Amino acid sequence: MNKVAIIGKGHSRFGDRSEVNLAELSFEAVHPALESSGLTSKDVPYMTLGSMGVWSEEPLPAVVIAEYCGLTGAGLVRCEAACASGTAAVFNAYSVVRSGQADLALAVGAEKMKQIDTATVMEMIGRAGYYMWEFENFGMTFPAYYALHAVAHMEKFGTTEEDLAKVAVKNHRYGAMNPVAHLRHEITVEKVLQSCVIASPLKLYDCCPISDGSAAVVLASEKKVKELNIEDPVWIESMGFASDTANISKRENYVGLDASVKASKMAYSEAKISPADVDVANVHDCFTIAEIMAYEDLGFCEKGKGANMIRDGETEIGGKIPVNLDGGLKAKGHPIGTTGVSMLVELTKQLREEVKPSRQAPMKNYVALAHNTGGTGHYGFVTVLRR
Amino acid sequence: MSEAPSLKSNRPLTITYNLPISKTTKFWKELKEGKVFATKCKNCGKLYFPPVADCGNCGSSEVEWIQLSGEGKLVTFTEVIVKPASFSKEPSYIVAVAELVEGVKVLAWLTGIEKEKITIGMKVKLEAKVVSDKKFAYEFVLA
Ligand SMILES: [Zn+2]
Repeated sequence: MNKVAIIGKGHSRFGDRSEVNLAELSFEAVHPALESSGLTSKDVPYMTLGSMGVWSEEPLPAVVIAEYCGLTGAGLVRCEAACASGTAAVFNAYSVVRSGQADLALAVGAEKMKQIDTATVMEMIGRAGYYMWEFENFGMTFPAYYALHAVAHMEKFGTTEEDLAKVAVKNHRYGAMNPVAHLRHEITVEKVLQSCVIASPLKLYDCCPISDGSAAVVLASEKKVKELNIEDPVWIESMGFASDTANISKRENYVGLDASVKASKMAYSEAKISPADVDVANVHDCFTIAEIMAYEDLGFCEKGKGANMIRDGETEIGGKIPVNLDGGLKAKGHPIGTTGVSMLVELTKQLREEVKPSRQAPMKNYVALAHNTGGTGHYGFVTVLRR
Repeated sequence: MSEAPSLKSNRPLTITYNLPISKTTKFWKELKEGKVFATKCKNCGKLYFPPVADCGNCGSSEVEWIQLSGEGKLVTFTEVIVKPASFSKEPSYIVAVAELVEGVKVLAWLTGIEKEKITIGMKVKLEAKVVSDKKFAYEFVLA
């Protein structure tokens, strides 16, 4: 099978992007991704789009974006894996290059969530479990799903609301340094604790914002990397995948996400690394509890010790394993289908030591990990990158 | 939504789904009688809640109906304060997951208790609930 590299990347500013439509927003990522690879849209035979796509008016967003960006004629598909749609799109493009069906592929993530009102967004994401048994009569919301986990984790391991708040404080600190982040202000533990309750015990500042944004990566085979004289490819060492039940009531427990555990084991094994080899990670922190569970599920610490990592600063620069140095979903923003692609753009920059020194992770092994979850651990993807 | 120039679409979309229940009709009929049922695979013995017509575990479509005792213990819960659009007229509600003595877990509202008084592991009872004259659901109450 072919080795696959990231040879180009692009990223729009995240936030309220009501001044552009979905295709214009996507161009902001696709154009620099192609340009940084030394390619034009005509060179790319296959494009995948990560987009959940119920918030904006286009039912076939991949086609609309491809036309706008000059990719008409390329193979196209829209990939849905809820909040992991971006990684699902990368995985699809990666598979095409890895299997030798094409030497180049473009993976795009694009989502515009600000075109409809917040209550309707809450409705659409709340329906993303098992509709008949969890939404129709019980009105679950996305924060409520993670709140069920927060309550269970706090009960079992003594994790506190202050611990959760510290995750938000860390991610806002780094988000404030990231020019493409949606929320670029620092916050305090007090501010998090005093913010209004969304689904107890999760408060406003425990939750990621609703964002618009796009990101894109160009993937190439080893042969194409040589042919194009790419100086600094970042290799995709492995991509692990897994899933869990649609009905949350069928889960064994609520203190972690099995799909993250399974996907990470698969990714570590294929890349022949252990969690200790990872220099920098982006984990799925749609809610603060999600980041703490991710530390545990990905093996950065023992089960139940996630809160200690944030208390001891182990996931900041200077700690054992810096996490979410772009602000994470929490501060950078979470345009659902874009997130997975955005994580790989950030980690490619980290591996190439291209970000501001204030948020650059020190590199020892030049290994990075991206963890992207869809729904409440319904879909799980873990990607290992190496420079 | 911001102040940037935009066109308001003139084509609003209202969707109401019809949810098929012909294969689980017994569940909804019994609910109306105040009973909550699960299904059990006659081939491999796996108990299902929510009820199913087919067993994903072994592939059999031979299932039997089992009435649940409703007795259970609270596993986790949350109070939903910021609600989805279609629940906007409801007061805040508590959603709980409890494990029933039969071994299945159920997600439903927990009513008749304030959030502050809820503890993990407390005993709860799953009961059928009349939502309106044509609609029936189920909820947890204190045991
Ligand atoms: Zn069976």
